This record gives sequence, C-alpha cells and structure tokens, in this order.
Amino acid sequence: MSLPTFSPDDHPGPDFHELLRRAGISPLVPPAGSRPGTPATASLPFELAHGTTICAVRYRDGVVMAGDRRATAGSAIAHRTMEKVHPADSHSGVAIAGAAGPAMEMVRIFQLQLEHYEKVEGQALSLEGKANQLSQMVRSNLGMAMQGFVVVPLFAGYDLRRARGRIYTYDPTGGRYEETDYHADGSGGRDARTTIKLGFREQMSREDAVQLCVRALWQAADEDSATGGPDVVRRIYPTVATITAEGFRPVPETEVSEAFQSVIETLTAAEVHQVEGEGAPESAGSDRS
Amino acid sequence: MTMPFYVAPEQFMKDKADFARKNIARGRPLVATVYTGGVLICSENPSRSLHKVSEIYDRIAFAGVGKYNEFDQLRVSGVQHADLKGYQFSREDVDARSLANLYARYMGNVFTHEMKPLEVEILVAEVGPQPGEDQLFHILYDGTVVDEDRFTALGGESDAISSRMAKAFRPEWDLSAALVASVEALGGQERRMGAHELEVAVLERSNGRRAFRRVLEAEVEVLLAGPEASGAPDGATGGPGGAATDETAAGDGTAEA
Repeated sequence: MSLPTFSPDDHPGPDFHELLRRAGISPLVPPAGSRPGTPATASLPFELAHGTTICAVRYRDGVVMAGDRRATAGSAIAHRTMEKVHPADSHSGVAIAGAAGPAMEMVRIFQLQLEHYEKVEGQALSLEGKANQLSQMVRSNLGMAMQGFVVVPLFAGYDLRRARGRIYTYDPTGGRYEETDYHADGSGGRDARTTIKLGFREQMSREDAVQLCVRALWQAADEDSATGGPDVVRRIYPTVATITAEGFRPVPETEVSEAFQSVIETLTAAEVHQVEGEGAPESAGSDRS
Repeated sequence: MTMPFYVAPEQFMKDKADFARKNIARGRPLVATVYTGGVLICSENPSRSLHKVSEIYDRIAFAGVGKYNEFDQLRVSGVQHADLKGYQFSREDVDARSLANLYARYMGNVFTHEMKPLEVEILVAEVGPQPGEDQLFHILYDGTVVDEDRFTALGGESDAISSRMAKAFRPEWDLSAALVASVEALGGQERRMGAHELEVAVLERSNGRRAFRRVLEAEVEVLLAGPEASGAPDGATGGPGGAATDETAAGDGTAEA
C-alpha cells in the first residue's frame, strides 16, 4: 500500500465511501457483469439470510433501540445470535433489517464513514448529516435491492444541539423520513409497531421505554416466524441499547432478561384469568390486544 | 540561448535542506513523551481550532510542526491510509511503524524529486497495550525516520528542548509530572507558558478503543498546578477538586465530538 495522495481539485474530502470507490473496493457498487436495475425474475440460486424485527422508541432522556437476534434463510434459522443494533458513533445507533450480508457491510461502512469524517474534519457530523449519509448509502444499494438484496436501516441518535432523541426511517430507494416518537421495521415490524403505538406515552422513563420495546419484540416474535423471541435455554436475548446525552449504551443482558420475565408474567396472568374465570374478561392485559 | 548553470548535487541537496530546516525552525516547537498512562504530546499553539496534534486511528496520533497546510495534508493522507487499511484487513493491523515508513517514503521522494522540499517535521505516536511498549516515530523533512521510546522534540530549538527533556525525564512518571516537565522544556528558563498558549493531547491506554483525547485548557491548568494540587480531586468530592473532575469529564465528551 502507498500513502493516498490526491491533488487539491481531485480530493475525496472527508468521504470514506468515495475513498473506497477510488480504491476500487466499495462493496456498495455492484460487481462488473451484473445488471443493476433489472428486477430479479427468477428466485435467487441460494437462500439469503435476512434480518428481521427492529424498533426505536423516543423517551425522556433520548432513544431506546432494540432488535431480535434471529436471521433466517428461507424457512431455516441461519443464525441465533445476530446483532442487529449497532452503535454508529458515540451518540447514534443504527439497526438493520433486510439481507444480512449487505446490511452488515453497510453498517460497517457507515460507522467508518462517521469516524472518518470526524477525524478528517476535526468535528462530528450533525445528527441530520449522519442520517443523510445513511440515506445515500441505501440509495447506492438500489441496484442490489432490485435484485433482492434489500437493506432497510433504522437510524436513531441523540441530537446534542437540540438536546433530544431523534429517529429516522428509510425505504429501499434511500428515502429518508423522520419519525416523531417511534418506529419499527422488518418482517415483524408491523406487529411491533402496533404494540408500541398502544403503549407509547410522552416522557416515558428509561425502564418503561425498555419494557415497551421488549414487549413489542415479544409480540412480533409471536406473530412472525422470522423474528426470534427470548431464548431462555441458550440465554440469548434481544439487543437493547439506549442513546442519551451520555452516548450509546447497551442495556445489560440481566436487565433485558428481567424485562422479558415481567412481560411473560403479565401475559401468563392474563391467560390464567381467561381460563379460570370466564366472568372477568376485562382483566386481560393490554398485551393481548 | 541561455545555458543553465551547473550546480553540484551536493550543493543542490544542501540548499534544499537548509531551506527546509530554516523554515521549520521558525515554527513553534512540540514535544512528545511517554508516561505511565500512555503518550503525551504538548505544543505551544495559541490557536484553538488549527490543531498541530490529531487522531489518526484507534491507538495512533499525529503531530506536525512547520508549514500548516503541508502537515495537515499529510495528516489527512494518514487518516485515509489507516481507515482504508483497517477496512481491508482488520483494525489490529493498522500500526504506527508502517505508517511512519509510508510517510518517510513520501517525504523522501518529495525531497529528492521536487523543486521544493516539505517544510515540516512530523511525529507518529502509538500507545502500546502495556507501559514500555509505546512508540514515537519522528520523521524529518527529507524522510529520515528516528525511532524513540522515551521522548522526542520537533521544530525549532529541538536540540535544546531534547537536552532539557533528557535531564527531566523519569520513567514511570504520571501525566501531571510529564506535562510540567514538557512545558518547562518547551519554554526554557526564561518563559513560563500558561494553559491558554498550549495544545495538549494524550493517547490514553485506558480510554477504550479510541485512545486519543484532547486535554482541554481547564484540565491543563489543573495538571500544571502540579501533583500537590491535582492530588485533591481523587479524595475530595466538593470544592475546586470536584469542579476539576467535572471539567475532565467534559473534556472526554468533546474529545469524542
């Protein structure tokens, strides 16, 4: 390797992805020979690992992000311990749904892009700047998306300038939408979203917000075969993280397992009520909605 | 038709070296030293935004003296190289030694082939996993690499600063002692520099993945006050000691930003 030197009028600036392109090693550019933009007519010659349910909820101190751990290839479970929620930099996180391989690669480049910008420019991008960067990356994956390798990230962070948590969602074309309070994506996203919608309140505490995310993931796993629930036998629990003024912090596994325990107790109590006393259907918890 | 004058290669190289040396000596010097917690880099720099010291990678820092635009360009190239290498291979494979060699090759090339040599001296520092494994690479305008494992001085009066550092240096000193000695070595007998005139940064072994941290003015003041004063924040919760620790925490946050 030699020292990368560019003339001033040809400098890639703080753009790491452009640097990868110049070096000819960007994975977000389709390999030569493939025809981007041609929708896949036949099914792929192999089963692709897919990411599944991810969600983000705004609360009093910032944002909680959560994601299940299962990756599926067709009807088979490909991985049980996949991490779908990643720190993007010190004050933001990115969660992924879609084709696992390209999604993980996109996260890696996104993390490097933010760090590269910070080092070259001497200061971090604004939260909106980071969200726009991710949007461009999703867009540059459009050719791959048309062939079935769709990647849909969910981006959330703590906006230090505005002192609040913010959530951004994307569509496969790179469209970027800011959500006011919460969002969930992936194959179980719809079920998770409904649960959050019913349980969301303004200015929630950290505990309540973590509990709500865990409940949403439970409900998604209950309805969607591609979303993994808590695996008590192997002690694999969904990834949960908070992003506040202090930065991105993973929620400890013990706390996540306790939150699941309490969800399970609430649901079991509701179930027992229904079986025992036919006369008290109202007491069934809101989790059964 | 004019005939070009013949200039002996020795003379030509000497002229270039003199030119580079003279211009580098005009800039303000910089000193780097190892301490128990990592590597300290300290320079006289009244500007808050145009940095001489910056982060290259997880455990690697860069510092330059001389012409700002030239060493800043080298800095950016270093970041690009390190990030590309870390992406292509692994984060562990990015090391100061290979980066220092690349810089040396580039600077040596410019010195021999271009009309004007680079008017800079640079430092590539790496903090090791254990004390005693830190590395300092000092690279001169002509591509000469000097490998140090205790301290090094860059820029004007570097010989005088080095000899002052050699007298003061103690292995296993802490950050405060290292900073006091570095500032004294930079200023010499006659000048006593304040925190507002200094740019201080450390590569801290205990700082997590990204070891680089800028030491902000308030913390520099506390560290310069010496071990007697900086001993207070550990024990006391209130008073000026408590305020100082708060400043340190704030410093951590901005170093990330």
